[in-house]
Amino acid sequence: MVYDACVEVKLREGIADPQGSTIEKATANLGFSGITNVRVGKCIRFQIEAEDDQEANNIVTELCNSFLTNPVIEEAVIEIQVAG
Amino acid sequence: MSHNVGVVVFPGSNCEKDAMEALADLGARPHLLWHADNALQGVDAVVIPGGFAHGDYLRPGAIARFSPAMEAIIDFANDGGPVLGICNGFQVLTEAGLLPGALQKNAGLKFLCKEVEIRVETTNSVLTNMAHEGQILRIPINHFEGNFTCTEETLIELQEKEQIILTYTENPNGSIANIAGICNAGRNVVGLMPHPERACHSLLGSIDGRVLLESFIQGEHAKV
Repeated sequence: MVYDACVEVKLREGIADPQGSTIEKATANLGFSGITNVRVGKCIRFQIEAEDDQEANNIVTELCNSFLTNPVIEEAVIEIQVAG
Repeated sequence: MSHNVGVVVFPGSNCEKDAMEALADLGARPHLLWHADNALQGVDAVVIPGGFAHGDYLRPGAIARFSPAMEAIIDFANDGGPVLGICNGFQVLTEAGLLPGALQKNAGLKFLCKEVEIRVETTNSVLTNMAHEGQILRIPINHFEGNFTCTEETLIELQEKEQIILTYTENPNGSIANIAGICNAGRNVVGLMPHPERACHSLLGSIDGRVLLESFIQGEHAKV
């Protein structure tokens, strides 16, 4: 099976986000009021071949832990669905 | 003295020649080690220089840590060998797990390129053993991601075990506890964001980096 994977890499809660706070300040300066808690992450999309959902999930989780995130400051949200 | 110092070159490293020049000037015999070679060629010490290893893609150091040379460096470090990571080299060492914490984008999101003052917090490390505690050094920084961060538990451990070896007198980048450089628990692996190799000749405006590199190549640990 081929799966589409989307990994959202985001900073862990409590880790300061200089990009997020700069963007937040800019929104206010541009006249957009009420925007708070801006956090910046990244999205990594790819396809993966695996026997089933479980295997695809396991591989992507391992990939995130060993490479796509730095667990000291980041965490991943994984979304996997059959490629279509 | 650690006569033979290996300076690791990754695609995208750009401070290896500065490091070679400074180390040679201090009496060492530096030579370049290519990142794809899993052999340290019998060197007595290893320097991972500044730059943008593998383009800093994904995160600084994230790809470099998987280079074959890193396997050999991890073994070397675990056997007590002196390893110094400067700037991008510091980032590589944290990614490789040889040093705790991580380096984030600077608070204020500015690329910083200027001389700063750093304070020697402890002389108990391979980088500071010939300096004196409280010594103030003027050394340039040149980075975008030098904002050291770690969990509170890690910070407490770094403080209790006196692994914070260098701090900024005026924090330029948001680094937690003003940290400019740390060492591992064995005190043989050190990482710092400032560039001592760029402060080793009066023509460059400061010679304050010399005491650090001298410590690294001539200190007690190097007398075998």
